[in-house]
Amino acid sequence: MKVGILALQGAFGLHERVLSRLGVAPVQVRTPDELAEVDRLVIPGGESTAISKLLDANGLADPLDDRLADGLPVLGTCAGMILLAHKVVDGYPGQRCFGAIDVAVIRNGYGRQSDSFSAPIAIDGWDSAFPGVFIRAPVVESAGADVEVLAKLDGVPVLCRQGSVSVSSFHPELADDDRVHRWFVEQE
Amino acid sequence: MAVESMSGRETGTTLVKRGLAEMLKSGVIMDVVTPEQAKIAEDAGAVAVMALERVPADIRSDGGVARMSDPEMITGIQEAVTIPVMAKARIGHFVEAQILEALDVDYIDESEVLTPADEAHHIDKWAFTVPFVCGATSLGEALRRISEGACMIRSKGEAGTGNIVEAVRHLRSIIGDVRRVTQADSAELFEWAKQLQAPLPLVREVAETGWLPVPLFCAGGISTPADAGLVMQLGAEAVFVGSGIFKSSDPAPRAKAIVEAATNYRDGHILAKVSRGLGEPMPGLEIDGLDTRLADRGW
Repeated sequence: MKVGILALQGAFGLHERVLSRLGVAPVQVRTPDELAEVDRLVIPGGESTAISKLLDANGLADPLDDRLADGLPVLGTCAGMILLAHKVVDGYPGQRCFGAIDVAVIRNGYGRQSDSFSAPIAIDGWDSAFPGVFIRAPVVESAGADVEVLAKLDGVPVLCRQGSVSVSSFHPELADDDRVHRWFVEQE
Repeated sequence: MAVESMSGRETGTTLVKRGLAEMLKSGVIMDVVTPEQAKIAEDAGAVAVMALERVPADIRSDGGVARMSDPEMITGIQEAVTIPVMAKARIGHFVEAQILEALDVDYIDESEVLTPADEAHHIDKWAFTVPFVCGATSLGEALRRISEGACMIRSKGEAGTGNIVEAVRHLRSIIGDVRRVTQADSAELFEWAKQLQAPLPLVREVAETGWLPVPLFCAGGISTPADAGLVMQLGAEAVFVGSGIFKSSDPAPRAKAIVEAATNYRDGHILAKVSRGLGEPMPGLEIDGLDTRLADRGW
């Protein structure tokens, strides 16, 4: 299994570090050729506007759309969640969202940096809380009936899955805990 | 079935403050002086903007004391864009920093581009919830700023010159010394700490991890996509562009080109493509002809 990390902008290096620790040997994805070779993809945190523009500039937007339609297993964290969402409320005009998972998100819904926070997240079926780090994070405004909500914070979904698409509004790559990545690479 | 967490939220932790710098990696942070420029920067794919009253090239030519920007101007830029907004405080001017924190800026740059307010002390940055970025010309200076609580370091370069030579000098100095420290044995680290005038625990951390404890970005003199590619290949993790965009003849395409260069910094073909037909870059200055070296500010 070849795991790719979208390496246009953002915290792709941290995802790479966690996955390497798990013995996965991830590859960076910046071009359509690199995307074509991966069996799984992580879309990291970063600025979703910048990543969205760079997807277009590097000719990745349509190939990624096709791979997602074909069921490419993907994990999107923060900006990655915004890009995979069905709808971005108050989004930047022209912002890419691939509609791979039926959630509507509010960009920077948790506020500016002064409101960024860490909090323990209880995840369904996991034996201890996961250290969630939320940086100018998106808020899940609504999740469709087919979306499995695996964790909520104060009543708001923060980790969701629909088929092969998993998204979190927090940054597992910033935590000293590799369980979210392990869960992603071990999914069928 | 989701398990409900009730918030034990902690704000302003080191992880949360350094975390935003991680999210800006491989991005371009652009100096802007108006909401219109901020929109152009956001449209071009900037990961953040630095709100200030004058770009460094104008501060340099105007002379006089350069201070924190008018809060009204910063607020106007915050309202214009959805990306993070940074602003500058003078070195040691902790009250300017308190004001910027009250304005809810996303990052404070304790910057040598403004006129220093204190000739011996930098701001105690641990006292703030908002994260700080500081400039450095050497590994020792970088570690001193980190010991004071900086969550991101940018190599200083020489702001407002459009000349990349100082940025290259500072990056090579910082990264070269990081490499040398990782080669030192445990006894030599005491001597390194003394030479660098930096706390021993931070020197040890560099030796163990092979990198700074916070991200290292580059500033000061970047004016072309090739400049961005150069500093990224030297080891910078993102770039600040000050005067280089809005002092050029055609800012929007140049801004977009530098954004694409920061991502595709190893790809000569993409760099060639994005470098075409960008018009005139900002006028450059020779370092030897400068009256004021901004990089010398900071202690």
